[in-house]
Amino acid sequence: MSFLANHLLSLILFTPTAAALVMLLLPKEKTTLLRNFALVASLIPFVLTLVVWAGFDPQPRADMPFQFVEKASWYSAIRASYHLGVDGISLPMVLLTTLLTPLAILASYSIEERVKSYMILFLLLETGMLGVFLALDLLLFFVFWEVGLVPMYFLIAQWGSKNRNYAALKFVLYTMGGSLGLLLAIQLMGVAVGSFDLLEMYQRWPGLNQLSIPIGLPVSTVKAIAFWAFVVAFAIKVPVWPFHTWLPDAHTEAPTAGSMILAGVLLKLGAYGFLRLVLPLFPVESQQYAGALAFLGVAAIIFGALGAWAQNDFKRLIAYSSINHMGFVVLGIAAAAALLNTSSPGGLLDKNIALNGAVLQMFNHGLSAAGMFFLVGVLYERAHTRDLNDFGGLYAVLPVYGGVLIFTAMASLGLPGLNGFVSEFLVVRGAWPVLTLATALAMIGLFFTGAYILKALKMVLHGPLNTRWQGHLTDMTRRELVVMAPLMVLMLLLGVWPAWLLDMINRAVAFLF
Amino acid sequence: MQFPILSTLIFTPIVAGILLLLLPAENRIWIRRVALVAATLILLMSLFLYFSYDVSRGGYQFLEEANWLPQFGIHYKLGVDGISLPLVLLSGLVIFSGVLVSWNVEDRPREFFSFLMFLGASVLGVFCALDLFLLFFFFELAVFPKYLMIVVWGYPKTREYGGMKLTLYLFVGSVIALVGTLAIYFGSGLRTFDLLALEQAGFPIEFQRLWFPFVFLGFAILGGIFPFHSWAPDGHVAAPTAISMLLAGVEMKVGAFAALRVGIQLLPEGAQYWAPAILLLATINVVYGAFIAMVQTDFKYVIGFSSVSHMGLVLIGFATLNRDGLLGAGMQMFSHGVMTALFFAIVGMVYDRAHTREIGALGGLVRKMPWAAVGFIIGGLVSMGMPGFSGFVSEIPVFMGAWQVAPLVAVVAILGILITAAYIFLVVRRVFFGEIPAELSARVGDVSRKDKLVIGMLSAVMILLGWFPSLLTRLIEPGVQSILALIGGGR
Amino acid sequence: MSSDFTPQMWRSIFPEVGLLILAIVLLFFDLIWLKRPQMRARWLGWITSIGIVLIMGVAAGVSMPQGQGSIEWGGMLRFDAAGFVFRMIFMSAAALTALFASQFEAVKKRGEFYALLLISTLGMNLMASAADLILLFLAIETTSIPLYVMAGFLTRDDRSVEAGIKYFLFGAITSAVMLYGFSLIYGLTGTTQIYELSSAFQAGNLPVGLAGLVIVLVLVGFGFKISAVPFHFWAPDVYQGAPTPVAGFLSTASKAAGFAVLLRVFQIVFAGQGSLWMVLIAILATASMLIGNYLALAQRSIKRLLAYSSIAHAGYLLIGIASDSELGTLSVVYYLIAYLVTNLAAFGIVNLIENRVGSDEIGALAGLNRRSAGLALAMLAAMLSLGGIPPFAGFFAKLLVFAAAVERGLIWLVLIGVFNAVVGLYYYLNVLKVIYLHPPIEEKEIVPATPGWRLAMWVCMAGILLVGFWFSPWYSLAQAATSAIWVY
Repeated sequence: MSFLANHLLSLILFTPTAAALVMLLLPKEKTTLLRNFALVASLIPFVLTLVVWAGFDPQPRADMPFQFVEKASWYSAIRASYHLGVDGISLPMVLLTTLLTPLAILASYSIEERVKSYMILFLLLETGMLGVFLALDLLLFFVFWEVGLVPMYFLIAQWGSKNRNYAALKFVLYTMGGSLGLLLAIQLMGVAVGSFDLLEMYQRWPGLNQLSIPIGLPVSTVKAIAFWAFVVAFAIKVPVWPFHTWLPDAHTEAPTAGSMILAGVLLKLGAYGFLRLVLPLFPVESQQYAGALAFLGVAAIIFGALGAWAQNDFKRLIAYSSINHMGFVVLGIAAAAALLNTSSPGGLLDKNIALNGAVLQMFNHGLSAAGMFFLVGVLYERAHTRDLNDFGGLYAVLPVYGGVLIFTAMASLGLPGLNGFVSEFLVVRGAWPVLTLATALAMIGLFFTGAYILKALKMVLHGPLNTRWQGHLTDMTRRELVVMAPLMVLMLLLGVWPAWLLDMINRAVAFLF
Repeated sequence: MQFPILSTLIFTPIVAGILLLLLPAENRIWIRRVALVAATLILLMSLFLYFSYDVSRGGYQFLEEANWLPQFGIHYKLGVDGISLPLVLLSGLVIFSGVLVSWNVEDRPREFFSFLMFLGASVLGVFCALDLFLLFFFFELAVFPKYLMIVVWGYPKTREYGGMKLTLYLFVGSVIALVGTLAIYFGSGLRTFDLLALEQAGFPIEFQRLWFPFVFLGFAILGGIFPFHSWAPDGHVAAPTAISMLLAGVEMKVGAFAALRVGIQLLPEGAQYWAPAILLLATINVVYGAFIAMVQTDFKYVIGFSSVSHMGLVLIGFATLNRDGLLGAGMQMFSHGVMTALFFAIVGMVYDRAHTREIGALGGLVRKMPWAAVGFIIGGLVSMGMPGFSGFVSEIPVFMGAWQVAPLVAVVAILGILITAAYIFLVVRRVFFGEIPAELSARVGDVSRKDKLVIGMLSAVMILLGWFPSLLTRLIEPGVQSILALIGGGR
Repeated sequence: MSSDFTPQMWRSIFPEVGLLILAIVLLFFDLIWLKRPQMRARWLGWITSIGIVLIMGVAAGVSMPQGQGSIEWGGMLRFDAAGFVFRMIFMSAAALTALFASQFEAVKKRGEFYALLLISTLGMNLMASAADLILLFLAIETTSIPLYVMAGFLTRDDRSVEAGIKYFLFGAITSAVMLYGFSLIYGLTGTTQIYELSSAFQAGNLPVGLAGLVIVLVLVGFGFKISAVPFHFWAPDVYQGAPTPVAGFLSTASKAAGFAVLLRVFQIVFAGQGSLWMVLIAILATASMLIGNYLALAQRSIKRLLAYSSIAHAGYLLIGIASDSELGTLSVVYYLIAYLVTNLAAFGIVNLIENRVGSDEIGALAGLNRRSAGLALAMLAAMLSLGGIPPFAGFFAKLLVFAAAVERGLIWLVLIGVFNAVVGLYYYLNVLKVIYLHPPIEEKEIVPATPGWRLAMWVCMAGILLVGFWFSPWYSLAQAATSAIWVY
């Protein structure tokens, strides 16, 4: 048992892989078996995450910033190690991932084509995503950062809708292109510091003022370049305007569960990268360029909202909404970056509030975006169209669906009492004192958010019923409700009592920054 | 006196090759059996070497020495170190795979397998030789199997051109290297070809600067260095599957390896002097090779040019002359060898069934041959340096090495990776996905069980290495250390 | 110098005496079997060959010189290891040629052919051990005149006759020039004894221009024997026209004899003028390699191809001479041994193919691999050995030659050499391509040749391989010859 206890994170990380390997040996005709196996396998990390959660001490200590740490030699030849650990920022993300994966798999029960490959890829994807959140070694971080791309590429390219090849390639090339700079910067830092270990990097890289690299540039310039390499890589993933164009395509073409995971978890990887790497490793540069970051965040909020407003494709609309929502995360991060070296108590408070808001917004958007994409998928499976103009008045035909959709949309919109409100409020509250203009603009964006969500609700649920659907649409099945139930419970819970999560996040960000 | 395992390793294919020639040409069953048994033995022996090499001791092991022509300073001296042992293992893997994918060769299988064995003996001999003359002897031994196998069993349209081009390029390279080697022989004043003795000879710096280009470039031509790389795609494409695998997978490593062992290890100061030039050429290799690969319409040419690009990384690793770079080069040699062997194996499988290699004429093959598709994708991911596969763990140290001497090289060379990703995804999509052309649909069937074994084995090696790079670095690290000791602890 | 006969004197010419007796014995058998051509066809070659082998065996016992060697027969003969090694080379070539000849319809029944072969060999033996210019000239003529006849032996074949006459005319002219050179030497120094001349030719004793003239004149004669450019014009026509075994013999033994005298005369008589003739020889080497190889590229007849290749090989060999060093001499001897087995094998196969297919076009070899896998392999070994690829004899020979030049710093010459080696490989590989790739003209299997031919081929193959990787014995031989020449 002690082995299990000491390697809980590894178990969380590699259970999906192990399950995928086992699935290779299962017969491919037995689709029910394959689905159930994948579902059960993906529930194991979830349960283990709860175990970790239970044993997690929310208060970080200086001698133990990370918990459940595992360290083993991995690529010792280039001084990279297998180093895992969680803190108050990464644990919520791990929970989000392990929660959404089983739900996404459950949502994929409607996939009929090549179920085996599909489920295997999904499980591998989970390992990739978890690895990013768990890694405490820069190289390991990068490994998982990229590993997730491959299954996602094939999920989109194989099970997506008609423009899938274009979308999948665009997704992969954007992300890989963005990662090149990241990779180069990681190499550079690894060479300069002599280790890839994140904790060591935290201590040595920010203060480094002498490079062992014959680059012929001042250290500060090199650091600024590395900073931007990191920022671009993560900004593409988030995605931040103007690096967002892959997202609507990828989301629209991906299968439902793929979109759920893409919006629910993959986008968080970028934001997590900002928090885990950019701010601690580049404090000076972050502060220096906080304004630019804030500008990008606000642009994402406004243009994302406007973009969503202009869509007639339901799924595309939701896709743009992701850009809009993730903009708040970036805004929160930018606010924190601007205040990174502050010592005034007020500044510290603002910074913490902004970061709390950003992390919580990541979690919340994971819930609501996954829920929205799933609901779009539910409708698409029945109607085989996503054009908003084809719908209308469905509330009368699909009352349960209508209720669930309204609930989720409200969470997304930021209705007080549901989760979205809490996090957006925190971000705005934290950012206002430092980035007043940007925050004010973001508020305008928030207005558009309301507009496009209501537009969508109106066009789907209200107005005259398109007679085409009379008698052809069935309401949500029990399986679909099971998918939505946990999400809705959490949305409500976080809306009325966010403290259970915020407390952990708050202590972590207060300690880290 | 321990068991002469290295000699046994080298002479197994030679004996098998001769034995094959003595079999009656019609007896195909026995011809294949003999080849398979020999290839299996080679693989097992190389695995045995891999496991029984004493890492803590390092250096050259399994030494064997016998007089050959002592008057002229020639000795039959064998041994492997951490650099060559992975390559021996690579050869074992590729020879074994080569025999399996060639199982159904119809035209003169006796000569085919016999020559294949001689080629195998040649590469194994080069990797194990600790005497310059012996190294050359084995190096040149490959000339006729290479040529004849391409010309006789190759792709009818280009085999005569491709085979001759390849052979002559490589022969030019080797004779230039030979001149350099002779200069080393006389310049040392030791009158010996013994590598270990020559390593300690301490040549004057002008001598090293003069002769390093001869030796290094001569061998590096076989490694595919720009601008002498054009034999590689033409030759690889013209060759039959197993030979493409061996040529790109192992022979190119032979060139790189010899350039390292003779060029850098014997003339370290020359290497220092010329390193910037090599870095430049190798960087062009990486980027240019990838670009050219991208615009190819022939499936096999894509892979051919990708080899040029990847070997550039090996050469960059060499030219950094530091620990990380050399380590990465060692890893990349192995990784690229396995990867490209798998690529060519799959290209061969596709061609055998579809009878075309035009990317535009192919499509949707994943439904017909899923193993091949998965294998190609895995190879592709290795090729683009995707983490989790052997390509990544090989490229990272190369780049880290480059950062330490020439950051610009790292920045430019990484473009090669992006381009590689682009064309690999394109090829995968066009060949294996999408709609399958009607005329292919009827013709194309799944790959054989032996093919699957090859795909599975090589893929497994690449994934295993991607997650556990120490499997190889435990060997390569001590090997690199001893090279660093020769070049003065690096820069 | 004693005028008494000593056993040493007889031992020094035992092989020549043996060859003479063997020739007489042959003519005798020729007479006995006057009416029985089958017996002659079957046995004459064997008798010649076995006889030579016996002589070689006995000579190895009694004619092996001890120590540094000595001068016998009143200053006429040098009895040393160099002479011994070269004799062994010539006689091996003759023995193999005799066996190969048993496959050649027009000569296998002709006793006088074998007798001529033996006399020519006798002449070569004397060339290798002559210590006096007079004997040297006589030996050269003794070698050449039978060869003229052998080249034109097929009196009903125009090309053979042409070959004979051409060879004779070239030989006569170059001999005359060489003789003029010899006479100048005598006129300048008053002696014809090689070992005495060396001191007379010490640098400074003679004006450079005059010494140079002498060297050039002598080189004309030697250049003809070794078929070096620009004295090579006879070679392609003669090789093509002459009976194939003769061509093989010309390209190996006769060339080796030329090099034997070249080595002895240049390394001993002109030892002091090294700087003068090194350049000259290097230029000849370059020209021979270039012209030989590039003209070989265009050939369609395999015999002409081999002729041009033989010119090119003279070029490689001259690199060894141009090195003017012990290693250079050694490399030449080793090269000659390697070239002997290789080229004899090549001509042997051409002989058989010509016999079966009736053509000496390269195309006649098409699909040889399907018609006889063994013959194809033999040709593969021969071609690759010529190309300088291990594990065949030519590899180490070439390596030694290049090594000698590198040692002397003649890098430019080596680079020319290696690039020519590449060109050479090109056309050798083309021959292999025809053998392995092109479809055969007819599917009929090529039946095994006569036992004599087969034995000779096996010996050549064994030679190609053994010289190719079991270096020690041959290296020792070459070393012995070298130290005998480099005694001064």
